[in-house]
Amino acid sequence: MTTPIIPVMEQLEDIVYSRPAALAECSTHYCPGCTHGVAHRLVAEVIDELGIAERTIGVAPVGCAVFAYNYFKVDFAEAAHGRAPAMATGIKRVHPDNVVFTYQGDGDLASIGMAEITHTAARGENITVIFINNAIYGMTGGQMAPTTLPGQRTSSSPLGRDVEVMGMPLKMAEMLAGLPGAAYVARRSLHSAKEINRAKKAIRTAFEAQLAGMGFSMVELLSSCPTNWGLSAFDSLKWIEEHMIPYYPLGDYKVAEGIEALSKN
Amino acid sequence: MQSEIIVSGFGGQGALFAGQLLAYAGMDAGYHVTWIPSYGPEMRGGTAHCTTIISDDEIGSPLVRHPSAAIVMNAPSLDKYEPLIAPGGVLVVNTSLTARKPTRADITIVEVPANAIAEELGSAKLANMVLVGALLAAANFLSVEALEAALEAHLPPRHRKLIEANRQALRRGASIAATVRQRGVETLVMT
Amino acid sequence: MTKELLKGNEAIAEAAVRAGVEAYFGYPITPQTELLEYMARRMPELKRAFLQAESEVAAINMVYGAAAAGARVMTSSSSPGVSLMMEGISYIVASEVPCVLVDVMRGGPGLGNIAPSQADYFQIVKGGGHGDYRLIVLAPATVQEAIDLTYQSFDIAERYRTMVVILADGNIGQMMEPAELPPMHAANGGHNGQRASWALTGAKGRPHNVITSIYLVPEVEEQFNQKLQAKFRKIAENEIRYAEYATEDAEWLVVGFGTSGRVAQTAVKQARAKGIKAGLLRPISLWPYPEKRLAELANNVRGILVVEMNAGQMLEDVRLAVSGRAPVKFYGRMGGTVPLPDEVLDEIIRLTKESNS
Repeated sequence: MTTPIIPVMEQLEDIVYSRPAALAECSTHYCPGCTHGVAHRLVAEVIDELGIAERTIGVAPVGCAVFAYNYFKVDFAEAAHGRAPAMATGIKRVHPDNVVFTYQGDGDLASIGMAEITHTAARGENITVIFINNAIYGMTGGQMAPTTLPGQRTSSSPLGRDVEVMGMPLKMAEMLAGLPGAAYVARRSLHSAKEINRAKKAIRTAFEAQLAGMGFSMVELLSSCPTNWGLSAFDSLKWIEEHMIPYYPLGDYKVAEGIEALSKN
Repeated sequence: MQSEIIVSGFGGQGALFAGQLLAYAGMDAGYHVTWIPSYGPEMRGGTAHCTTIISDDEIGSPLVRHPSAAIVMNAPSLDKYEPLIAPGGVLVVNTSLTARKPTRADITIVEVPANAIAEELGSAKLANMVLVGALLAAANFLSVEALEAALEAHLPPRHRKLIEANRQALRRGASIAATVRQRGVETLVMT
Repeated sequence: MTKELLKGNEAIAEAAVRAGVEAYFGYPITPQTELLEYMARRMPELKRAFLQAESEVAAINMVYGAAAAGARVMTSSSSPGVSLMMEGISYIVASEVPCVLVDVMRGGPGLGNIAPSQADYFQIVKGGGHGDYRLIVLAPATVQEAIDLTYQSFDIAERYRTMVVILADGNIGQMMEPAELPPMHAANGGHNGQRASWALTGAKGRPHNVITSIYLVPEVEEQFNQKLQAKFRKIAENEIRYAEYATEDAEWLVVGFGTSGRVAQTAVKQARAKGIKAGLLRPISLWPYPEKRLAELANNVRGILVVEMNAGQMLEDVRLAVSGRAPVKFYGRMGGTVPLPDEVLDEIIRLTKESNS
């Protein structure tokens, strides 16, 4: 079992670790040190806390999280590569009272699925997107992603990403925040306990925005890929902090009116 | 019995509506009918044409090579359809917008200055109905009354105020063509 | 119910509405756009879902989502747009969710033109998407048949949990003919008003449902394929449809579907008037193909003429079914042109002469 234990800051002596009810009792296929497990747990905790497991429908991507549906005890669909926001749109339009979220990686969302994510946000589709940005294609074995950093070596940019040839990496949170349909867009990181806590709050806000019918919400999560980065789990977390955050600043990029009131509840 | 009518003109002249009205009238009279338009970019400013078939038997092909009648509302339509009309068929020409004379000797030709008559009746947009009236008088496969009834029955509510003007145009066209019923070389030229 | 003069595209849309379609997702493309436009007015009027997608790629995946959610759902497009949907179509069949696609075919390949064509036969009937899958393909020849097939298509799709395609062409879409519309069904999600047990509706009081098409272990994927193939065999037993005209004593058989079929019927009549004993087989289900009936007919005729608005696509299925029982000739028009009865009649006459000589 690779789901990490997350230390909580206060009342350490009272902590009892338990699995969120929305998370299935099984081992994941994720590599040791990968933060997908953390992201899954945060989403599951939010689903539990909001009491929405019985009406939540998830849409899994093509990429490492393709089997996400095995790990959540909520209804789930497995979309074609990049099409999760379109599939989620179809689901949400016929079941507007259900809570619908997609869980997508950077190749899925920012490369092949750019049209779908952009138009879904533009329509203000009332769904939540969990966007895992680890600056690389994980499932296919470490190729360059649209979010690969300048100079970053991958199996398809062996000399490092040449921005003269490939352009600069895409900042999805900033891009989508510019669309009127977006209600809540934030970027968080999973590299430290403190940031994980902040990430969870953002995920909760994103789901709350949907429950309030406010429109499109997305949380971009800077995540690690020790296997394809060629780093240890620990060094991967440091790499997020030292290399990714400077290019992908954390913060809230779109907070529509009324969102802040939501998270105070 | 099967009548195949092509109505052709510039986009906006009402060629497609004229064909549809014939189809409605045919349907109401209990015939099998098909109506098929040209469609696409050519509809905007170019030529628009449609084929209406009215038959007492099931209609196979909705398109024909040699129609039994054609209404040509402009010069390009005259050039295109005059050669195609089946021998013994009827050609109704809008002389307001055609320069040359039709040349076929084996069909009935009805020449009508439809725009001029329509304007006389109050609107150039009635030219299509003048020409349909002329066709009915010359070809005799449906009555003018059947067309009037079709107008009454199928014109959408927002256009109902136009029924009377359209009816007048139909009758005027029919009266013009009433003397050219027999097929042959006879040509009626309205001055 | 009295007959109304209805345009094919709009008639198909209204038939789907009356069949209880709950959601429509589409993208404009000529010559099917009236279908989308009709739905844009009609669906909101009935408080049902309509959405103009950003592309055909998105549209088919919205259909996939709504179908996975257990809704009666459809899309429509024309040839190049349908090419874009192929990925989603493969996923939908593999995920075993029911839905309906209307393809109003136009001239191709490439951007081609907007004129009527039947050149999507390979793409729709033989595949086009990846993997071993079949679509139930129904090809109407009249506006009335387009209505009837569309109306039935949702039940068929739900019966087998798969996709049904209404394969029409620009002629069928644009033509007006008198036709009668069926009675209105409520949009109740099909399945007799109950959401299907497999549908994604939220895991309330039941284990969570999953709609997926991935089976990483080859043996498991093979097992799944065997299950699909068994379903396709069942469909092939139950869903064959065709029409015949003057085949009882026919010596010469013409085979054509959709618009080609009705054009050929006129030519067959004209041939009969000339004393040629011609007959017509018009396949309505293109998959499953009426191969048995065609083989029976082939035993009793001296020659077969296949007429299509393409370079000879269904021709391959005719040859497979006929399997040498009779000579098979082909007459096709391409690029958006439509064969006229006199051309087909000439070909029938040529067939009789060639076979007599």
